[in-house]
Amino acid sequence: MDVQSNNFIGLAEIAIEQGTIPQAVSQGTRMANGRRMVAMSAGTEHGEAMRQQAAYAKRYALQHLADLLEEAEERLTENGFTVLWAETAEEARQHVLAIAQRHHITRVAKSKSMVTEEIALNDALIEAQIEVVETDLGEYLLQINNEAPSHIVIPVIHKSKDEVRALMQDKMGMPYIEDASEMVAFARQRMRKTFLEAEMGITGGNFVIAETGSLCLATNEGNGRMVTTLPRVQVSLIGIEKIVATVEDYATLAQVLPRSGTGQNLTVYTNILNGLSVDGGAEHQYLIFVDNGRSRIYADSRYTEALACLRCGACLNTCPVYRSTGGHAYGWVYGGPIGAVVSPLLKGLDQTTPLPNASSLCGSCKQVCPVDIDIPRMLLDLRHDIITQHHGEFLISASMKVWEQVNRSPQLFELGGKMAQLGLQMGADEWVPNPLGDWKAYRDFPGFAPQSFRAQWRKHHKENKHEQQ
Amino acid sequence: MIYPQTGMSVVKILEHLNVEVDFPSAQTCCGQPAFNSGYRPEARGVALQFMRAFKDAQVIVTPSGSCAAMVRHEYATLFADDPVRLAEVQRLASITWEFTEFLVDGLGITDLALRLPQPQSFAFHDACHGLRLLGLGNAARTLLGNTENATVCDLTECDVCCGFGGLFSVKMPNVSNAMLQTKINHIEASSAPTIVTGDASCLTQMNGGLSRKGSDKRVRHIADVLAEGLEGAE
Repeated sequence: MDVQSNNFIGLAEIAIEQGTIPQAVSQGTRMANGRRMVAMSAGTEHGEAMRQQAAYAKRYALQHLADLLEEAEERLTENGFTVLWAETAEEARQHVLAIAQRHHITRVAKSKSMVTEEIALNDALIEAQIEVVETDLGEYLLQINNEAPSHIVIPVIHKSKDEVRALMQDKMGMPYIEDASEMVAFARQRMRKTFLEAEMGITGGNFVIAETGSLCLATNEGNGRMVTTLPRVQVSLIGIEKIVATVEDYATLAQVLPRSGTGQNLTVYTNILNGLSVDGGAEHQYLIFVDNGRSRIYADSRYTEALACLRCGACLNTCPVYRSTGGHAYGWVYGGPIGAVVSPLLKGLDQTTPLPNASSLCGSCKQVCPVDIDIPRMLLDLRHDIITQHHGEFLISASMKVWEQVNRSPQLFELGGKMAQLGLQMGADEWVPNPLGDWKAYRDFPGFAPQSFRAQWRKHHKENKHEQQ
Repeated sequence: MIYPQTGMSVVKILEHLNVEVDFPSAQTCCGQPAFNSGYRPEARGVALQFMRAFKDAQVIVTPSGSCAAMVRHEYATLFADDPVRLAEVQRLASITWEFTEFLVDGLGITDLALRLPQPQSFAFHDACHGLRLLGLGNAARTLLGNTENATVCDLTECDVCCGFGGLFSVKMPNVSNAMLQTKINHIEASSAPTIVTGDASCLTQMNGGLSRKGSDKRVRHIADVLAEGLEGAE
């Protein structure tokens, strides 16, 4: 997927003008956010304790990342997984293609996975003439419509029920069906065939437990379970940061993930895969640990905590920017507040310059994060990086220098205020090109008061002294 | 410059409570606009001016949760590599209060014995930095709730950002405006004619949008509303 993030403002404008995307997104996110608040006991002591315990589990894992990865590899191998490592997206794709070739694979069924979006796996499979079908219903609809997911856990959140129906009628030959659950039943029927015919199943992963060598998947449609059991070869790709130390830590995180994502106490299907089964199931299981820039993020201590992310989507659901623009505006795989952090870190600021600025710094993302990632702080650090790496805008940089000098001198500061007031009285805002130009496209500026606070204060202060004498 | 009366409202209320007020004339800005846009050396320069201006202060009170949050949370980031100044900004951080927070948590006053000239209804918009960076809670609601003739109503999504975000609203005016329009819809649906908030920046954003839309509703600063009660009480 090409990175379009430098066009955030343009893409956002298209989405806002078009109108139906923000409408669908804002409805879906509000519903998910409301459910999250109930499930996470938001704002209560219990809810906070849950968050802290989860935050600690992920931070512990990050602190011991290298050791845990080694331990996991050993345990996974004992359990019958073939463990592979991919430093880059290309290496990860090559691993999958090599496995497919080794086992003479022509048909693949996939369950939802963000890391495979990140490494553009489907394109590579298709190029190698391998048929690949997404089996998460949302992902499937996007695949047949040649679209990318716009949300980490609710990929098709940008479409209304009517749009989904029209798409299914058009691309799947579905008759008109009013009821959503009957629409799902129609798709389920179709999907069954895919599962049965697939020779290889590909999944992502929510966690790997180091001490037991287990791969954990959380799904709601059961497709993850189908994909990991029916095809004869199973391949799972997972970012190196998805590791947790113990079953106990997993138990904590497996509770906050669905609660934060969709407001469910537990996902409908909660799978722990411990290797090959003795009585049926897949004959070969591969697990590919993907780095693809994560070590680099890990090495900069300002951004390490970005790797604690569970990909629950809670920060997207609460974010007023995301609600207004939808996920496609962010121009790459990860949208919303966490996307505004990880996209620049994974793809570089030169391809993603506007993203750290796509936030009013309202702080809601940090508040809802089940592992307490300080997203606003990282956005501020990234903004600082934008300036130090010379991606800043010349006009703003120059204005900041002047602004600093004015604010370092109380005399200049007061004079500046008077001049601005005078300028505005003379109608300067109409003929001087000013940075508020666009601001005023949507809002009225209140103008300046006739007498400044300093003048009023001096008068008040003098009168007070006078009274005391 | 834009809202001098808010500063005077703060002075009046504090003096009403027999707090000795000074306004160090050497003060300018806290530096947040530069800091939030990534210009840290410039923010540091302005922060140094703040430190000079307030070096003798016992308590610093500001009618803005955003400015208070800058001093309390971000100054330490700016001077992380300067132990002497770090100690000084940590001291300043420990004496800096948002206005309503100072009254309720600092002075322990929840009832200012105020009376508005006429019965009025208000709804609150929680300014983000006060709410989430300072954890302000209900201080402002308590003070207004205990004011005679004031009725406090609900505002849907009162804790969701209005879309201002400083330079965000200049750099991304369309996104900022989309957020503003959502806020305005909620304001229009509220039964209160007046919205109260604790930050001039949110107030400018919301009033700018309400005025453009031709709405009769307006947003006022909590200090101004409380100061109006002072007149009623006298």
